[in-house]
Amino acid sequence: MVEIALPANSKIDKGVVHAAEGAIANPRTLKIYRWNPDDEANPRVDTYTIDADDCGPMVLDALIKVKNEVDSTLTFRRSCREGICGSCAMNIDGQNTLACTKGLDDVKGDIAIYPLPHMPVIKDLVPDLSNLYAQYESIEPWLKTDTPTPQGEWKQSKEDREQLDGLYECILCACCSTSCPSYWWNSDKYLGPAVLLQAYRWLADSRDEKTGERLDDLEDPFRVYRCHTIMNCAKACPKGLSPAKAITEIKKMMVERTV
Amino acid sequence: MTDPTTRARPLSPHIQIYRWTLTMMLSILHRATGVALYAGTVLLAWWLLAAATGPEAYAQVQAVSSAWYGRLVLFGYSWALFHHMFGGLRHFIWDTGRGFDLKHVEIIARLTSIVPLFLTAGVWVAAYAYLGAF
Repeated sequence: MVEIALPANSKIDKGVVHAAEGAIANPRTLKIYRWNPDDEANPRVDTYTIDADDCGPMVLDALIKVKNEVDSTLTFRRSCREGICGSCAMNIDGQNTLACTKGLDDVKGDIAIYPLPHMPVIKDLVPDLSNLYAQYESIEPWLKTDTPTPQGEWKQSKEDREQLDGLYECILCACCSTSCPSYWWNSDKYLGPAVLLQAYRWLADSRDEKTGERLDDLEDPFRVYRCHTIMNCAKACPKGLSPAKAITEIKKMMVERTV
Repeated sequence: MTDPTTRARPLSPHIQIYRWTLTMMLSILHRATGVALYAGTVLLAWWLLAAATGPEAYAQVQAVSSAWYGRLVLFGYSWALFHHMFGGLRHFIWDTGRGFDLKHVEIIARLTSIVPLFLTAGVWVAAYAYLGAF
């Protein structure tokens, strides 16, 4: 359901301004969404000012600097710091991306940082992705075959392998799904761009032998067809993939098998 | 300390904080113009019914549709028609699996917002010229 306004417990209050100490050569201001499950307060946006000359180049570097030097209670996920684990996915300057690959220089003025949109918040910038993971599991993201497993490996021609380019690179960071208004309003029934790109990754795999069953499972008014090609997914993807195109390919496969 | 499992988790902000893009805007406009065309089709049906009913009924519709507010509605209707048609063409291109390159997405988005404006203006200039306004 389309619900524009935030629920009462999610409305954002004015936060704390952490004044910078001493003179700062190259000040950058971060406005960061905070919510603590251990008190009774509503979410708020806290303000931190850091010296960008004394900080790594990425937004993640700035978050780590704040946590180390200003406010150790600031909570966020991070791991690889090179755009391959997907942990630090968040909304920076109005767009979903990875904090570790988004440069401070890419943002003009104050840097607004929120958790991935329209998700239940566990704490601060950490969203609860359980629903997305359950949806991912529902598409059975593994090789399914009738043919007995070969002695060596499942072989694939170079051309068939190329069909997976633009799909296998997905790191499941959820930037795309949580950028999608259709997913915002219908995440209970619509699978969303990330899971659908994964669904197509198995449909496109020459070694998989359950294409028909996979398409049967997706054939539903909501699971695929809530995609209205709004294009937020492709614009958000930090790996430059196009879930929108993958979804269209699924739709094409559904039509092609009936004509 | 509150038990974190009993305190309802807030919903993170979404449309309030997401940066607007042309494609997002066009998606909403496509829906809005679609709804407007439903209403416009009722007016079209009214016009046709009146034409079939007789000269008096037809004159009534003509009076409304040629008044300034009638023309304003017609102007909006014609734009909605062109805009929705080009939005439809945009989706038609995508349905074939083409035009997903972000550069092309942007070009198509700009074309399908601007061209309908010119076509609407063109139709109205032509209509007024036909009526001898110039």
